[in-house]
Amino acid sequence: MANNSENRVMHWKKTRNLTIIVLILWFVFAFLVHWFAKTLNGGSFLGFPVGYYFAVQGSLAIFVILIFGQNWLQDRIDEDCGLRGD
Amino acid sequence: MAMKFAEGGFINNLPKIYGTYTGGFIIFILLMAILEQLGVSAATIGILFVAFTVCIYAAIGWLSRTMQVDAYYVAGREVPPVFNGMATAADWMSGASFVALAGGIYFGGHGYLAFVVGWTGGYVLVNSLMAPYLRKFGCYTVPDFIGTRYGGNMARLIATVVLVVASFTYVTAQINATGTIASRALLIPFEVGVWFGLLGILLCSMLGGMRAVTWTQVAQYIVLIIAYLVPVIWMSNVQGFGIIPHFSYGDAVARIGELEGLLGVGAAAEADPGVRGVRVLTTLHNDPGTGMASWKFVTLAFCMMAGTASLPHILMRYFTTPSVRDARKSVSWSLLFIFLLYFTAPALATLTKLQVLDPELATGIIGKSIEDVMALEWIQNWAAVNFLAIVDSNANGLLEINEFFMRPDIVVLATPEIAGLPYVISGLVAAGGMAAAMSTADGLLLAIANALSHDLYYKIIDPKADTRTRLIVARVLLIVIGALAAMVASLRLTGILGAVAWAFDFAASGLFFPLVLGVWWKRANRAGAIAGMVFGFLAGTAYLYYVYTGGSEWFGIDHLRFAIIGMPVSLVAMVVVSLMTEEPDAETQAMVDEVRVPSGRAILDQKD
Repeated sequence: MANNSENRVMHWKKTRNLTIIVLILWFVFAFLVHWFAKTLNGGSFLGFPVGYYFAVQGSLAIFVILIFGQNWLQDRIDEDCGLRGD
Repeated sequence: MAMKFAEGGFINNLPKIYGTYTGGFIIFILLMAILEQLGVSAATIGILFVAFTVCIYAAIGWLSRTMQVDAYYVAGREVPPVFNGMATAADWMSGASFVALAGGIYFGGHGYLAFVVGWTGGYVLVNSLMAPYLRKFGCYTVPDFIGTRYGGNMARLIATVVLVVASFTYVTAQINATGTIASRALLIPFEVGVWFGLLGILLCSMLGGMRAVTWTQVAQYIVLIIAYLVPVIWMSNVQGFGIIPHFSYGDAVARIGELEGLLGVGAAAEADPGVRGVRVLTTLHNDPGTGMASWKFVTLAFCMMAGTASLPHILMRYFTTPSVRDARKSVSWSLLFIFLLYFTAPALATLTKLQVLDPELATGIIGKSIEDVMALEWIQNWAAVNFLAIVDSNANGLLEINEFFMRPDIVVLATPEIAGLPYVISGLVAAGGMAAAMSTADGLLLAIANALSHDLYYKIIDPKADTRTRLIVARVLLIVIGALAAMVASLRLTGILGAVAWAFDFAASGLFFPLVLGVWWKRANRAGAIAGMVFGFLAGTAYLYYVYTGGSEWFGIDHLRFAIIGMPVSLVAMVVVSLMTEEPDAETQAMVDEVRVPSGRAILDQKD
């Protein structure tokens, strides 16, 4: 294993920060937007009421993008720290 | 032929193999369409669809047979991410997702969409907290992780118990669904359909374990997604809702809102239709509410998400990839493939509702004369099998909104007929529903049998057992558990949905925190994990019992959401007990450090 413990500490710190950011975004689109669905329904997006749109498509699409994005960034972190996982 | 699956050539040729398979399936659909034109009966086409696809899955299961432990438990850890994504999506989308989700949205309105959000958002947790780390660990089963991380047979045993309870609850619902679909498509009694479904499921999984389940699930995903998307898109084009309906049904939502006022949606049924399981539409399509309604939405979504990240049949799919990086990639592909169905279901629910409600559309039935409605072919077909009922309770000869009763499943099953599509599409839908229910049942049965054979039998009862014995035990358990599940399913104790939500709550209450904290909190120790599993699971179960036997709900937490009680208890018990007892030894802490690093060898390099 061509990595020292300093690298590992850095790697875990970056991984943890990325995870926290992802979970905050997750919280917003999993819960917050739905809690305020009634208010958001006052607005319109692509012809849909906004609150409704999040529940049927918006949040779902954001989850997909969030995971692809997270994995892209995580790959960068792994490579920067020389800990690529394959 | 069997050898082909053992060679590296198979993996390299996957796109070609499944491309050919998809082409073959499309040719089969066209062939059925031609047969329909030639006057072959609808019933025969339905039988051909279900029988043909089930035979294909069984053939894949036979070709994937194996006597190697690695192949049996984790498909040899050689499944490429995109294919693992498809397999996970099929594993994930159950008969309930396929058949009942759109109907649930039709009847449940905004509140039901919490399932849609929960069953997709859970993958963010899987990806962030679980999958890459469990893959790095290199375990065969989920209790394998618990048992090794925390040490000791006690933790392993308890994790196995929670797994079995959660998955068994779920699998009975799936076998129930295979029975329903098989009985309708093959025109056999439900009780026979259940055993037919089980036979198909066992043929897919028994000989090849995870390897066979993986390659059948990929095939099942292809069938189920074609079967879900084609009717919706075709219906949308026939009825003039746009080429791709997903992006343009905002107007339909608004129109339904108008019609709800005009037709008086919300009025309860006045008459008893005398048919079980049918309901009238009483919930508004898009009325999120505030306060308690919001609370109910987010708590249900949360339970489903935490359950997603704790259900072993999903987590174990990520043990089958070649690397940690591939495990992460698989999660993203999984969610993309799941997304395709989940963002279609609300469109289908909305457009079907509009077709039924809108008097200006040719398909509209509400407000029409009951005599005319009763003359419609789809009404007659589905009324004959008690999927819908019409009662003219005010005797005015017109069909009011609260006089039209139907079962939620109809939204998916009858879409082709309501929109006037050829019968071949109904056959396709039956094949898709069968694929969805079978693939989930496969994954669940294998999760249970593998945990019992690997963790209970091999790790606890007989650690010296040789490979042959272990794999025979695994298969015997698969048959026994499958038979038990089919027996319970044929008793029809719960509706499909109740049981599905319970599985998520059980898994989240007992397993979520011991799994997450095993990676994310080095201080977590054996005593803490045991306390977390036991108290979380018991608290959740006790609350379920309390609510289900008529106890008044605390803060609107009903039987679908009992993980809201179980999970905090689990967390507190685990943290408090961990802190009160000694911290894990240096070796365990080093192991946790190692799990967090994506490169290097798996912790448990099990190659026996």
